Amino acid sequence: MRHLIDPLDFTRQETDRLLGLAEKIWQSPGEYAHRCGGKILGTLFFEPSTRTRLSFESAMLRLGGQVLGFSDAGSSSASKGESVADTIRMVSGYADIAAMRHFKEGAPFVASQYSKIPVVNAGDGGHQHPTQTLTDLFTIRRRRGKVDGVTIGLCGDLKFGRTVHSLIKSLVRYENVRFLFISPEELRVPSYIVKEVVGPSGHRWEEARAMEEVMPELDILYMTRVQRERFFNEEDYVRLKDSYVLTPEKLRAAKKDLSIMHPLPRVNEIAPQVDNDPRAVYFEQARGGVYVRMALILTLLGLEPGILDGEGA
Amino acid sequence: MLNIDSIENGIVIDHITAGRGMRVYELLELDKLDTCVAIIKNAKSGKFGRKDIIKIEGVTDIDWDVLGFIDDHATVCTIRDGKLVEKKQPRLPEKLVNIVSCKNPRCITSVENVDQVFYLCDEKAHRYRCRYCEQEYKK
Repeated sequence: MRHLIDPLDFTRQETDRLLGLAEKIWQSPGEYAHRCGGKILGTLFFEPSTRTRLSFESAMLRLGGQVLGFSDAGSSSASKGESVADTIRMVSGYADIAAMRHFKEGAPFVASQYSKIPVVNAGDGGHQHPTQTLTDLFTIRRRRGKVDGVTIGLCGDLKFGRTVHSLIKSLVRYENVRFLFISPEELRVPSYIVKEVVGPSGHRWEEARAMEEVMPELDILYMTRVQRERFFNEEDYVRLKDSYVLTPEKLRAAKKDLSIMHPLPRVNEIAPQVDNDPRAVYFEQARGGVYVRMALILTLLGLEPGILDGEGA
Repeated sequence: MLNIDSIENGIVIDHITAGRGMRVYELLELDKLDTCVAIIKNAKSGKFGRKDIIKIEGVTDIDWDVLGFIDDHATVCTIRDGKLVEKKQPRLPEKLVNIVSCKNPRCITSVENVDQVFYLCDEKAHRYRCRYCEQEYKK
């Protein structure tokens, strides 16, 4: 039984096949509308999340399956002190697949160790968010036709932003990727990501303090939110939250075929005037996330053989 | 020169990097032994200038992962009937299980009763990362 805890749990080939399936579902959703009949997705959200939870639920419902779960730790038995291990053992009897978001890093991995059903990490603290990564790769692939050769600017909170770390880890498996890390000093990409992930990969990378410095070079501009919950004190949050706001003026120097991505929710790091720019793809990106999760659910439930290695087509 | 009696049966952990002897003592849980244990700190060493040494009477088996993690330069000499019968060096372990704990307050191991697992992420620099949250262990 396979789980998806870390974006690297799937090989690049498996990832590419999964994204190919997501594209097929997007093109012909009707063909997949009843593929999960009789199956249940457990959404175990120990931390509130609108987008990720709704996209998982939408994915399962669009496949003809059903959903049960909770949307914050207060309404789960965790508030009574139940361990993650016990929660997943219990849910294993109630659902066929589980999506878990947890405020503690590594919680979905613990769950996968005790689970009798596939577990998907739907975000664990500031650590990993693999389904967002798959969605990001899917968006890049749809916009450019391929991931290889992309010059990507990652902008904003590169220190605590789990989507950024997961995306970097996955992108280094492609060819000729160039990274431009755009962040304030306080929110720079962690040195271990540079030393252990980007450095050994041989891909080119640079750091910039302002997005204007690198805008003309970018194929993808990946914006992130400076999240209040990742800070230990309010002063640091207030001081940094308005750094790196994307405006139509800043986009003047950008390529015509740039794609502006954002894992959402956006607060004020992208001015609303940018939304009508054809290069703004963040809402399309969020929509794609549903198809990616549909592909993932089908794959992990074993209903779509040939995606994961060792399974017959 | 300080004299410590030779041991008849047991082990001598020699060439411990000076200053790490007590850490070896703690993590090998030598305080729980009721046999004779001697810790020699800052002994003269031809190779390293200074070294720590631990002599343990009556014990021939130690946790090699613990020793390798703290000091893979140490040498373990096994003594039987007063004679040196084996000399071995520990290796840097690929994985540490329940040897050290993750200090990241956001890590699931801070609340869940699970094994503390670290894996070697950089052999050259002796760096380990938590299996759960991937935070590096700082010695």
